[in-house]
Amino acid sequence: MPRTLIEPQFTVEHLSILDSDGNLDSALEPSIAPDELKRLHRAMLLGRRFDERMLRLQRQGRIGTFAPIKGQEAAQIGSVAALRRTDWMVPSFRETASMLWRGWAMERILLFFAGYLEGGQPGPEQRDLPICIPVATQLPHAVGLAYAAQYRGDDAVVMAYCGDGATSEGDFHEAMNFAGVWHVPMVFLIQNNQWAISVPLKKQTHSRTIAQKALAYGFPGLQVDGNDLLAVYAATREAVERARRGEGPTLIECVTYRLGVHTTSDDPTKYRSTEEVQAWERKDPLTRFGAYLQKRNLLEAGLEEAVDAEIARAVSAFEATGAADPLAMFDHAYATRTAPLEAQRAEMQARLAPAPDGVPEPVAPAPPAPPASGAGDAAGTEATEAQSPPMRGQRRPWRS
Amino acid sequence: MAKLNMVKALNLALLQEMERDPDVLVIGEDVGVDGGVFRVTEDLHRKFGGTRVVDSPLAEAGIIGASVGMALYGLKPVCEIQFSGFAFQCFHQIENHVARYRMRSQGRFGCQMVVRMPYGGGVRALEHHSESEEQFYAHVPGLKMVIPSGPRNARALLAAAIRDPDPVIFFEAKALYHAAKEDVPDEIETMEIGRARVDRPGTDLTLIAYGAMVRVAREAAEQLHAESGAEVEIVDLLTISPLDRETLAASVRKTGRAVIVHEAPRSFGPGAEIAASIMEGAFLSLEAPVRRVTANDVPFVGFARERANVPDVPRVLAACRETLAF
Repeated sequence: MPRTLIEPQFTVEHLSILDSDGNLDSALEPSIAPDELKRLHRAMLLGRRFDERMLRLQRQGRIGTFAPIKGQEAAQIGSVAALRRTDWMVPSFRETASMLWRGWAMERILLFFAGYLEGGQPGPEQRDLPICIPVATQLPHAVGLAYAAQYRGDDAVVMAYCGDGATSEGDFHEAMNFAGVWHVPMVFLIQNNQWAISVPLKKQTHSRTIAQKALAYGFPGLQVDGNDLLAVYAATREAVERARRGEGPTLIECVTYRLGVHTTSDDPTKYRSTEEVQAWERKDPLTRFGAYLQKRNLLEAGLEEAVDAEIARAVSAFEATGAADPLAMFDHAYATRTAPLEAQRAEMQARLAPAPDGVPEPVAPAPPAPPASGAGDAAGTEATEAQSPPMRGQRRPWRS
Repeated sequence: MAKLNMVKALNLALLQEMERDPDVLVIGEDVGVDGGVFRVTEDLHRKFGGTRVVDSPLAEAGIIGASVGMALYGLKPVCEIQFSGFAFQCFHQIENHVARYRMRSQGRFGCQMVVRMPYGGGVRALEHHSESEEQFYAHVPGLKMVIPSGPRNARALLAAAIRDPDPVIFFEAKALYHAAKEDVPDEIETMEIGRARVDRPGTDLTLIAYGAMVRVAREAAEQLHAESGAEVEIVDLLTISPLDRETLAASVRKTGRAVIVHEAPRSFGPGAEIAASIMEGAFLSLEAPVRRVTANDVPFVGFARERANVPDVPRVLAACRETLAF
């Protein structure tokens, strides 16, 4: 028999609408109302300025380690803006701008990075998952959310974020495969920022693009200029609409760049050149979108000051937070505290209770456990319980 | 009331819970058309369709991860991992997410889901098909770890696990699937998770076991009684975590002696936690050191040597005799 070719012919689209020199492909320019353009710009600026403020707070020791977003504002705001409130957003750990767009208060984000789990609690109606740190492990959750939405007849779409490094993880591929097989309403939004800490994309994958990985799972993948808000927005809106129409998942690879550190514990000068960073600084998404708005006469005066004032208010609110109540650690491990947790909580409470002179009480030894109440099978223990326990050192032979 | 083996009893629990709650789904490898490799999900696909009884791609992390998403949305997935030995491919999803979502989201989300896994030896199976790894799950805060010992409690505990707002890892002893039939009531029955059960009352020694080892414990208790008249009390844990320390301590305060039996390797196994609980709750009543009869601290030994590794009646008997004579 002859060898036959079954290799599918495929192409991967790359979308760019507004380039870093300000050239606009007006045929592709998405129709966005002027007020919405202003809102998108403000959100990008807030993301940038808040990120910079967080970096200073971290350097001052007022919050802990976090993953800055500088350079990725267009990829985040352009994508998240295509969602409805009733859609789901599944972040990794570098989506501060997307989270702000979805309504996370800045003081809560600060609280989270200051070590308070309270800051990671989504609001009762908020359809956002909390920050997820193990790389790519949030992606199967997004598939499950999308499956559940479909199961319940809810037209919600789920958008899940991850980075280029995440595409090497097994969970990325399992999630893509499940999403393809189940044909769920989902968008995989990959922020390809070129570096997974110190490992460049070329050591992460031998694929020419990340976008093409979707094709093997039977759904479209496309690459966009991730520093071009118009391109990200246009591509994502199309993908979200496809998903909502029941046409399944899409992968969008946003080609962008992490201008700053991986996290505040990282020193990128060890692994990449200043020239490379400077080349990407010339493609800054904020500069580019700002110039576009200026041409359209939509730039607002005093915007930076207004954004900074908003951030300052949030920082003040954050700094007014009281000390963390240690006892609250027992509240959300289970829906109802288990018996071992009750005992551990009581032990802590006793340790924390101040004595009249203000000195904490020493830890009380755990009280002897009571006999199981109402356990019919153990009824025989009641009588034995009433007897006094044997004295230390007295041994009872079993045949007494 | 019907006489059912454990497979049929578990199937009944799934059927009835799916009938009463449209949010309950079954998901796993071969759970649909095939009814599961052990037939626990038999007929559910025909009754409820492929959207509710989901034949997933062959990927454990995908199964658990997607189920997490379903649970966060408000569904109640019951996942089947085909053998507990394969669960390490999804252990990160269980430990990082299933167990933690309630805490991480500070109560906004919970993971109401059950992960069923056949575990344990006694079925002449290959590596990864015979191990006993309950200790990993019992050690993870945020999870509950349940192991039934017979058809009736398996059915009642599975129903309770499905209704539990917190995630439950549910181990099913393969050796018990077809071992014995019990009367199982037709009407829905649940049992409280977190409660051990005195399987046999006694006064001289407490024998603590769970899952397939309860059978071994019962036989050892019978033989011991026949040879010496000793009255052995068997505590069947049913829930490994949270551990029912009260029932354990109450029993040992009465008997003064304790022997623990499990199939998992000894070091850092459930026996260690059980022994510590006995020390904390019944120290002054102890007449002898607490003994453990367990598998050895070796990886899978092959089923030609399995009987030498997994606790059996003679080993349990020897431990009981030594404990009584101490």
